[in-house]
This record gives sequence, C-alpha cells and structure tokens, in this order.
Amino acid sequence: MGKLLEVKDLAVSFQTYFGEVEAVRGISFHVDRGETVALVGESGCGKSVTANSIMKLLPMPPAFYKSGQIFFEGEDIVKKSEKEMQKIRGDKISMIFQDPMTSLNPTMKVGKQIVEGIIKHHGLSKDEAKKKAIEMLDLVAVPQPEKRANQYPHEFSGGMRQRVMIALAMVSNPELLIADEPTTALDVTVQAQILDLMKQIQDKYGTSIILITHDLGVVADMSDRVIVMYGGKLMEEGTTHEIFKNPKHPYTRKLLDSVPRLDMDRSESLHSIAGTPPDLYKPPKGCPFFERCDEAMIICKDHMPEKEYHTNSHYSCCWLNHPMAKGATEGSEI
Amino acid sequence: MAEPLISVRNLKKYFDVGRGKTLKAVDGISFDIYPGETFGLVGESGCGKSTAGRTIIRLYEPTDGEVIFNGENIYQLSRNEMNRIRRNFQMIFQDPYASLNPRMPVEDIIAEPLDIHKAYKSNKERRDRVIELLKLVGLNEEHAQRFPHEFSGGQRQRIGIARALALNPKFIVCDEPISALDVSIQAQIVNLLKELQKDLGLTYLFIAHDLSMVRYISDRVGVMYLGHMMELATSEELYSEPIHPYTQALLSAIPIPDPEVQRNRHRIILEGDVPSPIDPEDNCRFVDRCRFATDRCRKEVPEFREIKKDHFVACHRADEIIKGTIN
Repeated sequence: MGKLLEVKDLAVSFQTYFGEVEAVRGISFHVDRGETVALVGESGCGKSVTANSIMKLLPMPPAFYKSGQIFFEGEDIVKKSEKEMQKIRGDKISMIFQDPMTSLNPTMKVGKQIVEGIIKHHGLSKDEAKKKAIEMLDLVAVPQPEKRANQYPHEFSGGMRQRVMIALAMVSNPELLIADEPTTALDVTVQAQILDLMKQIQDKYGTSIILITHDLGVVADMSDRVIVMYGGKLMEEGTTHEIFKNPKHPYTRKLLDSVPRLDMDRSESLHSIAGTPPDLYKPPKGCPFFERCDEAMIICKDHMPEKEYHTNSHYSCCWLNHPMAKGATEGSEI
Repeated sequence: MAEPLISVRNLKKYFDVGRGKTLKAVDGISFDIYPGETFGLVGESGCGKSTAGRTIIRLYEPTDGEVIFNGENIYQLSRNEMNRIRRNFQMIFQDPYASLNPRMPVEDIIAEPLDIHKAYKSNKERRDRVIELLKLVGLNEEHAQRFPHEFSGGQRQRIGIARALALNPKFIVCDEPISALDVSIQAQIVNLLKELQKDLGLTYLFIAHDLSMVRYISDRVGVMYLGHMMELATSEELYSEPIHPYTQALLSAIPIPDPEVQRNRHRIILEGDVPSPIDPEDNCRFVDRCRFATDRCRKEVPEFREIKKDHFVACHRADEIIKGTIN
C-alpha cells in the first residue's frame, strides 16, 4: 500500500471585498491506497475547501492556492491546467456531495446523466454506455434499474438520489472518492444503507475514500484514520482507535465529550465548548483553539504548536503535549 | 404521576393535495404530556412529527381529535379565547437563520410577543424585560440593538429561545432546535434548555431526528412513523428495551461514536425508504419494511396499547417480541 494522495503544506485563501480569508492554513496529510480517511471538524474549519482544492473545483478567483502541493499518483495537482484536470476529475478522483438534489441535473433523465460521464471518459458507443449505466445503477442497488434510468431526479427519494450520485462517481472506477458529508441530509435508517453501500464498493474496488463529516458516529463506523481540523489547521491525526480511545488534543477530547452517548446518565450535563470558532478573515497567530480552550497557556496565544508524535501514526498539535510542558495531561504516554 | 398538562386525543391532520388525494400527515395519535417533563418525539423526515407539534398548539387547524389543556379542549375555543390561552404555548424553530426577522433589532424581536399581548406598561418595563431575557439565555445588554446577521447560529438560537420565554409560557414546542448547529454548539443549547426547564418549570415537546440527543434530553419518548405513533415509553426503557421492530431498527441505525462498539454490534438494516403518506392503506404503516410482518399486519391497523406499565406500542406481534419467540 503506497501513498495515493499526499497533501503538503497546503494553504488556500479567498480574496474578498473585505480582505483575505484564510480558509486552509498550511495542512499536510496523505491517503494510502484502499483506506478511508475521515476529515472531521465544525462548519467553517476548512474541510470542504480542502476537499474542493484536491478536485480543483474552487472558483479562482476569488480562491487561490497560497502555498503547498497536492501530489496525486506522484503528480502535483496544483500545477495542472483545467484541461488536464478534466481528465482526472470523474475518472481518477470522484466526489459525492451532501445534497444529492442540487448536484444532479433536474432536467435530465438519470440514466442520461450517467451515460454522459461514460461517453466522456471511456469513449463507448451510446448503446454500450447505456448498458453500462444500467449496470452501475444495479451495482448501487437501485431497484428496477432499466425503468429508473428513464426517470428524472425528482422521482427519486433522497437515499435513492445519493445512490445515483455514487453510481455517477464510480463509473470510471476512480482511485479516490471524496465524500463531502454524504449522509448528512439523510435519515438514520437510510444513512445506514448508504454507508453500507460505500463499504461494499470499497471492498470490491479497493477505492480510497476521503470522508468529510461532522458526525463522529459515522467516523467510528467508516474510517481507518481520522484527521481533526479546526480553524484551517490540523489539530490531531491518528488511527480511528487512537483518536477515539486516546485523544491528545483538548479540542478532540471536547468534541468527543459534547456528543451524548446512548449509555450516558441523563442527569450529567453535556460538555459544551464555550464560544465559537475563530474568524478566518483575521486568523489568530497562535493556536486557533486558544480562546475556547480550558487548558490554554500563555504560549498558545501567539505561537502555533508543532506536531508532537505520540506513535508513528498519531500526532497532535498542542503545547500541552510538548515534552517541556509541565504537568502533561493524565494518562499521557510520554 | 400528576395530572397531565396537555392531553392529545386521536389527533389527525390531513392535507388536501389535489386530485382527490389526501396526505395523512398525522393520523390519530394520542398521548399525555406531564408538567415539567420533556416529551421527545422522534421519527424520520415525513413521519409527521413537526405537523403534530404545530397542530398541538393550534398553528394548524386539526382535521379531527382534541387537545386538552387546563381542562379545556383548545380546538373548541374562539379566536379571542385562543389568543388568551396562546401565551402559554411557544415554539422554538429549527432554522435560526430563517426564524428571526433580519430587519428587526434583537430587542424588537424578543419584545414582539410582549407587544402583541400588551404585556408591559411602559417602555422601560419592556426594555427591562428584554434585558432580563437576554441575560437568561446567556447574552447581554449590548446585544439588544444588534441585528440577527451579526450573530452566530448558536447565538441566534439563544435569541429565539429568549423570544419564546418572553410571556412566561408553560409549554414550549422545540422543533429540531439544534439540528442546524455544530456539535459543540448543540451541547451549549441543550444545556441551556435543560437549565431553563429546571429554573422556570417549563414543559417541552422536543421534536428531533437525532436519537441520541433525544434520549439525553427527554423523560419520555414517542416514536412516529408515517403519521402513526409506533411506540411510547420512558427514555431509559425505550432505548434499552425497544419492542416495536421499527424502533429496534431505528436505534440500531444510529452510529455510535466508539469504533469498537460500532463495528461489532448487530445491526438491523431496513430495506427501502419511508413510503408515501398520501392515501396510505389501512394497515400497519411499517408493514413493507418490517422483518416480522404477517398477513394480519397487512389487513389491520394495530392498536396502540399499553403493553407494560407506561410502555405503549402499536404492533400485532409485540407479545411474541417480548417473549422472544420470534427473532
């Protein structure tokens, strides 16, 4: 298993009327072949911008790459032209979005939307492409695929539309699937179906998945590794087990504590995080979580902590975990 | 238990959708809400939970049924009488962006119920009350002159709560009050709602689709599916010993934020989607997706009955499920 995608020191900003909004501020991570990496964080933390910049889908301007490289199969995506990207998008990297209604064309039959992609990337004839489209609908378990291919998106339920989106994304058997909040708009019973489908497809084709979500339950279910993002920066990264069982960053801990668990006592109050995330128009110089952190120290205000590795796969960016920090947190293995 | 604050009896709300078709959003539900409790109403989109919440406080005129408050059936009250009694009922909405008028300063938004019910004598009294309410929900005096766009989602929801509290209501319908918020902010709002309930003796109808949050906040929980109430029990019992096959499936579909537990649990994955509520057949509404469905389920609507103390369920096969003779 080698690295499929490697993001190095990526920074993406938006030039607005009021000034520069620094949405993503120097992040590095990688995705191996066949694994699922979850990108977790609250609204505005930069997780969707990260995903869209891998696909080069951000409108430029106002968006621009401030620094960094995105290596996909060894080639830097940041340097690629729009024409080159069109060959990669939908073929090697695909994306599914939160709202399947707005990402399908409402005036076009579902089958035709899939056929369009097949003809573009595979150069099959119309009849062959149509056959393939029906196969794809069958793969994602849309019942009566021949009949459904001739219907419009509004005739599909939310869950079925998301299945169509997955079919569309999988036509070319991409190496990497970016799923941006794929089940947020769905009900829990349908969410369970879609997550199961994604797992089946991954088993069958060995696709790598970047799963963007704020639902920690979904993360626990799906991912191999977890990256926690806040204020445009990465706070912590580790295997799913490490992040859930041994979170090292105060933000990760707080995030895990703020979700009610089915086994918790109802008289306990939930651990909320006071305040709101920082404004990335004027991002803080130091740790972005400084203002909301109970354990903040003076150094946190002006200096962004470096990565501190706890194991080969697990690091966090927090001064508390620095070897020089006095009274390191309880249970730490340093 | 004490006398119920609100008794809902056989409540129905149908919508005419044209061409002689009827959408049965709420189709005969009955339950009691006791003073000081939080009654959770859960279900998937389109199950009728929001319509039920709105019909109970008569924002929609019901098709049939009654809601007893203070010994009176509120559906028989005249417009004037309804206005008098309405100050006891308030609502908190899902979308904190859409439920506040963007052209009004916060002070006027919060004071609007006071204006409508003429609940103050002087402008000073009005202003004092607004400031008191702002402090109650964790905002402060300076916020009174600002406009909604200057606030974050969590703060806006606080403004919505302050507005709902303005007239000292007894009963608040919270319609998905936290679904539009981030996880860390959700906990803030839920803790606030709990504190207010304790301090002011409020009664909530808490409508949501997030089942773990509902378990946490509610004393009793009702599960709806396609306009019918499927199961009702205390929240501990409903989550530990669900009887209705739908409740079982719903609970097993919630992903648990713990990788070991989540990956090793036995899950029931339902096939298909929720069917259409337009002109449904007279059978168990869940029959097409149920693991245990029989011919009887296809022919008869199961009665909503008390199968154990304080545990109601609408399922023909509930006894067998309890005994464990089917699996």
